[in-house]
Amino acid sequence: MWSVSIYVNLKKGVLDAQGAATNNALKSLGFEEVKDVRIGKCINLKMDGESRELVSKRVGVMCNKLLANPVIEDFTYEIEVL
Amino acid sequence: MKFGIIQFPGSTCDYDCFFALKDILNIDVKFIWHEETDLCDYDCIMLPGGFSYGDYLRVGAIARFSPVMQAVKEYAQKGGYVIGICNGFQILLEADLLPGVLVKNHGLHFLCRYEYVRIENDVNPFTHLCKKGQILKIPIAHGEGNYFIDDKGLKELNANHQVVLRYCDHHGEVSDNNNPNGSVDNIACICSKQGNVIGMMPHPERCVEDILGSSDGRFIFDSIIDSIKNKSKAAYKEIHHDNQ
Repeated sequence: MWSVSIYVNLKKGVLDAQGAATNNALKSLGFEEVKDVRIGKCINLKMDGESRELVSKRVGVMCNKLLANPVIEDFTYEIEVL
Repeated sequence: MKFGIIQFPGSTCDYDCFFALKDILNIDVKFIWHEETDLCDYDCIMLPGGFSYGDYLRVGAIARFSPVMQAVKEYAQKGGYVIGICNGFQILLEADLLPGVLVKNHGLHFLCRYEYVRIENDVNPFTHLCKKGQILKIPIAHGEGNYFIDDKGLKELNANHQVVLRYCDHHGEVSDNNNPNGSVDNIACICSKQGNVIGMMPHPERCVEDILGSSDGRFIFDSIIDSIKNKSKAAYKEIHHDNQ
């Protein structure tokens, strides 16, 4: 069994309205050092798979097909043995 | 002539579309449950607004995998008329029937109000009874109507005359000041390259009677109805011609 953490984020150049609003909120709380905020999603999976390579391949397909929208989102993932 | 309105779990504007077509325009219309796959009885398929599958993951992302969507793709490929309104537009984008994506409004608010839109394409089956530059008053009601496409995609849209409506002011001026949600190039509605698939954020079904504040939605519906009539006339002529 494998544990997979998938991070889906908006691509550079796509306006992140939530991130921009949160950036402003942090500034108004006094966190002047914050220069940029981008908000994404973290999707955690537990899955079967014969090898790390096979799991990685399957997760890539999942991301491209459903979990991320390649028009605006990038994804990365980490795979761990359970 | 028969319209079909697809009902996904979470559709909310299905009855508004039904009312506009059946009660106001006197058109035969039937609901299509998202598990159905036979669309051959219909002259136009509508994907209504709402929150299909709770908008989980991304708007329209899960609805795209409903059994009916494969049938909608085939229907569209054969040249059938498909119109997606609001969440229906979001689903058509996720299903790759139209290019681009809709993200959160730039001001983050859910907006429910009348907006003015300008006709940019008056040769489309859904707008051909309008004139280019004509201004329609149609309500919007969405939290994620901010249309995004990359520069290359935008150039293609413009080159192929796929932008059908742009947000504007009541004089028809298109600028950032009258862009309610941050959409690229003030885009409110686009069509496919072939023109038979259209997606729009404004709700024409909510403005088909003057008592509702505007009846401009009828321009869209009347155009579709007229297109269907002309299509069947053309088909009849073709058959008649073949028989001679």
